[in-house]
Parts: sequence; structure tokens; C-alpha cells
Amino acid sequence: MIRLLLPLIVFGGLVGLLLIGMQTAEERKIVASPLVGRPIPNFELPRLHEPNISTSTADRLGEVWVLNVWGSWCQSCRIEHPYVGRLAEESGVPVVGFNWKDEQADAKRWLSQFGDVWAYHMVDFEGRSAIDLGVYGAPETFLIDQRGIIRHKHIGPIDESVLRDLLARIDRLKQEASS
Amino acid sequence: MIAELGQVFLSLALILALVLSTVPLYGAYKNRPALMAMAHTLVIGHFVFALAAYTALSIAFFNHDFTVTYVATNSNLLLPWYYRLSAVWGGHEGSLLLWILMLAGWMLLVSLLSRSLPRAFIARVLAVMGMISVGFLLFTLLTSNPFDRLIPGPLDGQDLNPLLQDPGMIFHPPLLYMGYVGFAVAFGFAIAGLLGGRVESQWVKWSRPWTLMAWAFLTVGIALGSWWAYYELGWGGWWFWDPVENASFIPWLIGTALIHSQAVTEKRGAFPAWTVLLAIAAFSMSLLGTFLVRSGVLTSVHAFANDPERGMFILGFMIVVTGGALVLYALRAPRIMTGKGFDFMSRETLLLLNNVFFAVSAAMVLLGTLYPLIIDMMGWGQISVGPPYFGAMFVLLMTPIVVLMPLGPFSRWGKDQLLRVVYPLLGSLALSLVAALIIVALLDAWSARAITGWMGGLWLILGSLHYLFDRKKTSRFGLPRHQLGMIMAHAGVGVFIIGVAMVESATYERDVRLTPSESVSIAGYEFTLQEVVSVKGQNWIADEARFAITKDGELVQEMAPQKRLYHRSGQTMTQVALRPGVFKDLYIAMGEELDAQSNAWSIRIHIKPFIRWIWGGALLLALGATLAATDRRYRLKQKQSASDGLSTSAASIT
Amino acid sequence: MRRLVLPLLCLIILGLSQPLLASAIEPLPFRSELEEIRFKALAEEIRCTVCQNQSLADSDAPLAQDLRRELFVMIQDGRTDQEIRNFMVERYGDFVLYRPPVASHTLLLWAGPILLLVIGLIGSVIIIRQRRALLKS
Repeated sequence: MIRLLLPLIVFGGLVGLLLIGMQTAEERKIVASPLVGRPIPNFELPRLHEPNISTSTADRLGEVWVLNVWGSWCQSCRIEHPYVGRLAEESGVPVVGFNWKDEQADAKRWLSQFGDVWAYHMVDFEGRSAIDLGVYGAPETFLIDQRGIIRHKHIGPIDESVLRDLLARIDRLKQEASS
Repeated sequence: MIAELGQVFLSLALILALVLSTVPLYGAYKNRPALMAMAHTLVIGHFVFALAAYTALSIAFFNHDFTVTYVATNSNLLLPWYYRLSAVWGGHEGSLLLWILMLAGWMLLVSLLSRSLPRAFIARVLAVMGMISVGFLLFTLLTSNPFDRLIPGPLDGQDLNPLLQDPGMIFHPPLLYMGYVGFAVAFGFAIAGLLGGRVESQWVKWSRPWTLMAWAFLTVGIALGSWWAYYELGWGGWWFWDPVENASFIPWLIGTALIHSQAVTEKRGAFPAWTVLLAIAAFSMSLLGTFLVRSGVLTSVHAFANDPERGMFILGFMIVVTGGALVLYALRAPRIMTGKGFDFMSRETLLLLNNVFFAVSAAMVLLGTLYPLIIDMMGWGQISVGPPYFGAMFVLLMTPIVVLMPLGPFSRWGKDQLLRVVYPLLGSLALSLVAALIIVALLDAWSARAITGWMGGLWLILGSLHYLFDRKKTSRFGLPRHQLGMIMAHAGVGVFIIGVAMVESATYERDVRLTPSESVSIAGYEFTLQEVVSVKGQNWIADEARFAITKDGELVQEMAPQKRLYHRSGQTMTQVALRPGVFKDLYIAMGEELDAQSNAWSIRIHIKPFIRWIWGGALLLALGATLAATDRRYRLKQKQSASDGLSTSAASIT
Repeated sequence: MRRLVLPLLCLIILGLSQPLLASAIEPLPFRSELEEIRFKALAEEIRCTVCQNQSLADSDAPLAQDLRRELFVMIQDGRTDQEIRNFMVERYGDFVLYRPPVASHTLLLWAGPILLLVIGLIGSVIIIRQRRALLKS
């Protein structure tokens, strides 16, 4: 009897798997970063507006901060722009821009058009540091704690609900830092 | 107007399919000949309406009727007429319509060619196929109607995906679908056999030619897809183990097992339940393939536009069809051991091993394809399963098959001795081992892959030919078609293996930067870029690189790869230039313009040895299956048929 | 070129995928044929994370270009294949490898088919024994 029912059981398992697979299809498109929970890689990059000054990720050690990957070529960066502004305003922590594979002139024009809401921008023209950071598409947003550990990464544009989530996470990190 | 007509035709086909899937079944149950006979009439009507609906969509395409959404998204004014007609199956909706038309066609053929089968049996077969048609018609009408209107219609349509604007793409989908849908026939026969209550081992014999034909179509369909990817994508690869490719390969592997298990069940009466199960699995895997391609559940390079709603529908349909079939199987499958006994060394054992290895291979491909889902469900992170996994596993599982295959035809049913089978083949074995080394030496292609590939390939070819000559000597009339077909298919596997081994081990591939009048020499050939010019097609413009290829100072060929820009969609595409050859292909693809001033381009040049053997082998497989399917022994007795005189003598040989 | 392709990349992230039709043809100054072969083999084994199931070797996405350049530099620096794979995994996770590692979470993947085969072969032996008994009676 079992032998005759076995195909049905296997098929049932397959259907279950496919059903769950259908539900998770969207979230599986986003590849989780292995860097979450690890220290942010140390790299030094020139600033966008002050190309002579180089800033390192280690500079921000001791405080909670946000790194936001963007480029003027990126459509969804435009979509998330107002939310980045609110994130900077409401979180009370520095939101640093990571200008990825962009022409300097384009980036500056983009900022003057839409508004510069970031503390400052690190410029990665070659995309070398982005590889160390495991970036694979803009926009991406990293939350880094006071010990320099990446605690969260959001892939894709920030919207209202993502903003809420990010703010809550930042609050928790700040509490953690002060205690 | 034409779209509304098409819609009506489809609805009428649905109504007929609904009647077809119920009334003859009831007739078979109550033993009412009139109701059973209705199936034949219904099948004809069903086919006519499916054809009419298909024709309606073709006319809409031909006449640029952009008020039909599907036409507007898959065609435009500049598209040549032949691509307008093939654009019918260029997208999801139309390809479903093609599916339906082919299913209707198979049903019509079954109805016409199987009149002499028991009435109740054929009524059940057609009814089961009618149910499948109901599912697909509902799917089309409810979720993917190709006749939906777009009002007001745009002045011009978008474009057929440029990748599909290619002769290979005209034939690849229809042949593939013929294979997928063809397995519905084997499925219908198996279910009708189960419904019949008592084990009708006869059904296996009746369904064999259908299974063989479906398998032949699937083989050619897959091979065409591979060939198309090779020259169209510009990567020079022939198989990528992408989920969509796997989706067509799994039914193929199961179909291969099915063909062989049918032989045992027909001839010896053994394994009837297993054969039924394989017939169910082959068609179910075709449905699964359709699901994987259209639901967006997996990430693939060449999937249709994904739509979860459609995915849910196919999944639901699969639950009904496969689930229902498996419940029936659990209730009705033969529980007692039937058929004749056999010994450890016998043809049955070899065929059993064939089934084990092919079934496990199919399971392996399915597991690898779905593993990213499994691992995500378990919360173990994300991984990719790609060519290195499938390649290694597949070679591992197929090696025993290659070793054992030539023994099959030589072995006897029931009881045999290993020595008796192996002894006559020792010559072929020795010859293939030695010849492999000599050939590899001549080609100067020393590598483990090339050597083992040639050994395995030659072993299959020589072992198969050996059988052919052996039989030629003993029988005056030559081999019956089904045996010739088998030999041809087995040798085809050998040809295929040689192709794969050479391509994977001895391909030259270079990416170079070239300016006009510069040249590069690869493997004895001198590739000279003469000039880069602009050319115009009906719906595209292109940069064309003109090459002269010389060997030892003599001109071999002029080649002109292009980089096309399609007007309507703005998509660019690489059009490779090929010089096909039995022993090697020369292959040039254009990359980017690196420097406008010096007119420098990045160019990829491949030399692909024996790549044609891959598709040649597949073609031999399909031809062999076709030959076997048309054997007299499967031809059903037509009453008072004059040409039937010889069939008894042909049948007695086997 | 960059400005043309990067928006596409963004579309992909948004789920509005668009196939990249161009193939990655890139002349690189290899020092030896061996280096080139290693490069190709590795590029084919590493998945382009932004693409629809394409390897680094097959993709023209800007990130794939960057990663190929990185790969090239690492090969020039004399790093081993395993070091290069580790480099990728550290940044992008196991997802970038088309050859899944053999580990506890991939045990079923690697051992499953072998296990099935063993079951199938044992089953065959049992069946043949039964059938043999039939032959004698």
C-alpha cells in the first residue's frame, strides 16, 4: 500500500514546496549580505564636494551612522530621495552618501536639482570599494553601530514602511550605544 | 472583429472539450456505444475550433491589428511577415494557444489512427485528453487571453523580442510543445488503462509509437533550443543548465526511461505499474516545466514575463491532473506481480538499470533546480546551483549507462549469460579504445575528457553498428524498423558524447581588440578584420565587421558578424557569424566599439570542434525514435487492408 | 555606455527586469594562455548577482564588469582559485558560487542523488531476486 501511495506523497511535497516558493519568490530576489553582523570594511574615499579630503569608514567609529549607496543614473534613487531626507532629519544620526560609479558633474547636478540631504558623500568612481561592501545595486542602505559593525542592510528604495523600520532600528542601536 | 471571432472559437472549443471529457467517459462506464463514439466527432470539432482560433490570431498579426493587446506587444509595422506569423507564439498567451492547437492535433491523430482499438478504451483516452484541454482552455480564457482588446489601439506595436527574430526560434517552440503535449497521449493511454480496471497490458503496446513520437519531438525541440542559444546569444555555449532548460530536460529524461520500460511491459508483461507511473510523471513534468517557466518561482535568463496568478493556476491544474492520476494509481495500479520472470543477466535487468539511472538523473536535475527553494524554506540562506553541479552529477550518473548500453540489444529476454553477451562485443570494445587514442593523437586534443569521450562515444557507435551487421547476417530481410531505430538512437548518443567531450575540452576562445586591417591568429587560422561598415535591415541597423579568414595563406571564408540595433525597441543584439563544419565551427561575435577614432572593436573568436555532433547526435536520436514509431508492428490492423500481408512475418522476427 | 546600462541595472533591482542582450566580450591583457583559461573558468563559475541567472563570463552588467576586472587583477596577483572564490563569498555570500560548497546545508543536494541511486540499485536487486524465483517455478 505504501508503495502505491509513495508517488502521491512525493508529489504532495513537491506541490507544497512550489506553493511556498511562489510566496517567497519576491524576497528571494534579494540576496542577503554576508557582511551583516561583521565590521564594515575599512576603505578611504574622496569626498564629492571636497575632492581633496579623503574620508575613511573608520572615521565614524564610536557612533551609529547610515551609509546610503546612490548614483545619479539610478532611477529608484530618485524615488527614495525624499525618504533619505526624512531619514537624515528624523534619525538624528549622520547619513553618509556613497556615490557609486557616477560622473562627478552628473552627481553634483543631480544633488543641486533634488537637494543634498546627506552629511557628505564618499565617491567610489571605480566601484572597487563597492565590491568590498558587497554592493550589487543602487540604492542600498547600511546601518552601522558605534563599534563599526554593519547591523542591517536594506536593498532597494526606501519607502514609508522601510523608513519606519530603519528609524526603529536606529533608535535601538542608539540605545545600545548609550547603555 | 477577428479577435472576437477568435474568442468565440476558443469558447466553442472549451464547450466541446467539456462534453468530450464527460460524455464518452460516461458512455464507457455504462457501455453505451453511441456515447463513446461521440468522442471522435467531438475531437474533430475541438480541433477545428482550436485551429480557427489560432488562425484568427495569426490573421490579427498578419494584418497588424494593434487593437489586440497581444499583437501590439509582440509585433510592429516593420516586422517581416514570417516573423509576424511566428510571433503568434512569441509571448505567453499565444504560445498557450499553440499548446492547445497541438493538443487538439494529437487528439485528432489518436482518434483517426486508433479506430480499431476497443471502443471503451479509446473513448477514455480521448476523454482524459479532453480534460487536459479543458484545463488549458480555461487557463487561456481566464488568465491569458490572447484576444484581449486594447482600445484605442496604438498606431504601431512594440516589438517581438529581437532574440526571437530568428529562424531557429520559428521552429524551436512548436517542436518543444509537440513533445510536451505529446506526452499527454502517453498519459491518456495510461489513465485509460487504469480506468479500464483490469490491467490492460495491451495499452502499453498501443501507446508505444505515440510515446516515441512525442519523445522524438521533444528531443529535436531541445536540440533546436540549444543550437539557437549557441548562435543567438553570442556566448558560444550550447547548454547552460538554466531552470528553463532543465524544465524541458526533466520530461526528456523521464520520457527516455518510459520508452525503455514500455518495452519490458509490452514484451514481458513486467513492471506495468512502474510504466504507468512513468507515463504520469513524464506529462506531469511537462506541466511542471510550464509552471517553472511562467510562474516566476525561479530566476532564469529566458523566462516569460512572470505572473504569480498564472503560476497559481498551473499549479492548481497540476494538482488536479497529477494528483488525480496518482490517486487513481494508488487505487487501481496492479498490486500483484505480473509478467514473466527473469534472471540477473537478462535484457530485463539491463532495461531496469536504464530506468534506475534515468529516473535518478531526472530526480537529480529536479533537486538541483529546486534546491534554492528548499534551502530558502529551511532558512539556510541562499545558494546557486549551476553547471558545475549538474555537469558533475550528470556525468557520474550517465557513465554506467554508456558502458552498458551496447549490451542491451545483444542480450536475451529472460535469461542470458554475461559472457555470451559480452564476448561478441569484445572486438568493438578493443577497437573503440584503440581508435579513441589514435583519434585523440591525430587531433592533438590530449585531455582526460577528450579521451574518455571518444572511448565512450566510439563504444556506443561501434557496439551499435556491430549489432546491425550481426543481425544483417542472420536475417534475410534485414532489421525491422524498430530495431534499426534503436541502433540509430544508441549510435546517436555516441555521436552526441563525442561532440560534448570535444567542445568541452578543446574549444579555443579568445577575446581580442581589433582595428580594421589588423589580424589575429588562432589555432592555425588567421582572422583579419577588413572593415567595419554600417548595414540596414528591414527593422534594424547594424555595425558589421567584415572578416577574411585564411589558413596557410589561403582564403577559407569571409565572415561578417553584426551588432544590431532594433528600431522599435531600441534593443541591441549581437548577430554572430558562423562557419559551420563537421569537425569545427569558426565563430565570431562582435562586442563593443572600444575606440571610435581608430575604429577598434572588441571581438570574440571561438573555434568549436565537433559542436555539430551534439545536435547531429540529437537528430539521430529523434530519427531513430521516429523510425521505431513507424514500425509495422505498431500499425493497428485496418479491416480489409491489402497492405497487411507482410506484417505477420515482420512481427514474428521480434 | 555606463549611463546606458546602469539604469537597466536599477530596473532589475526594482523587479522590472530587462534582459541584457549584449554578451560580455572583453579583451584583457593576459600574460599566458593558462591565465586566460583560469580566468574564463572562474568567471563561468561565479554568478552575476544582479542578473537573471548569468555568470560573470556572460554578463555585461556594470557590476559584472567590475567583478571581472577584480578577478583579472587577482589572477595577475597570483591568488589561488580558492582564495578568489573566498573573496567573492565573503562579499556576496554563497549565492555567487554556481558550484555550491559541500556543507551541512547542501548535504541533501550532493548526497541526495547518490542516496536515491543506492536505493534504486538495492530495489533492483530485490526485484530481480523475486523475478528469478518466478523463473524457477
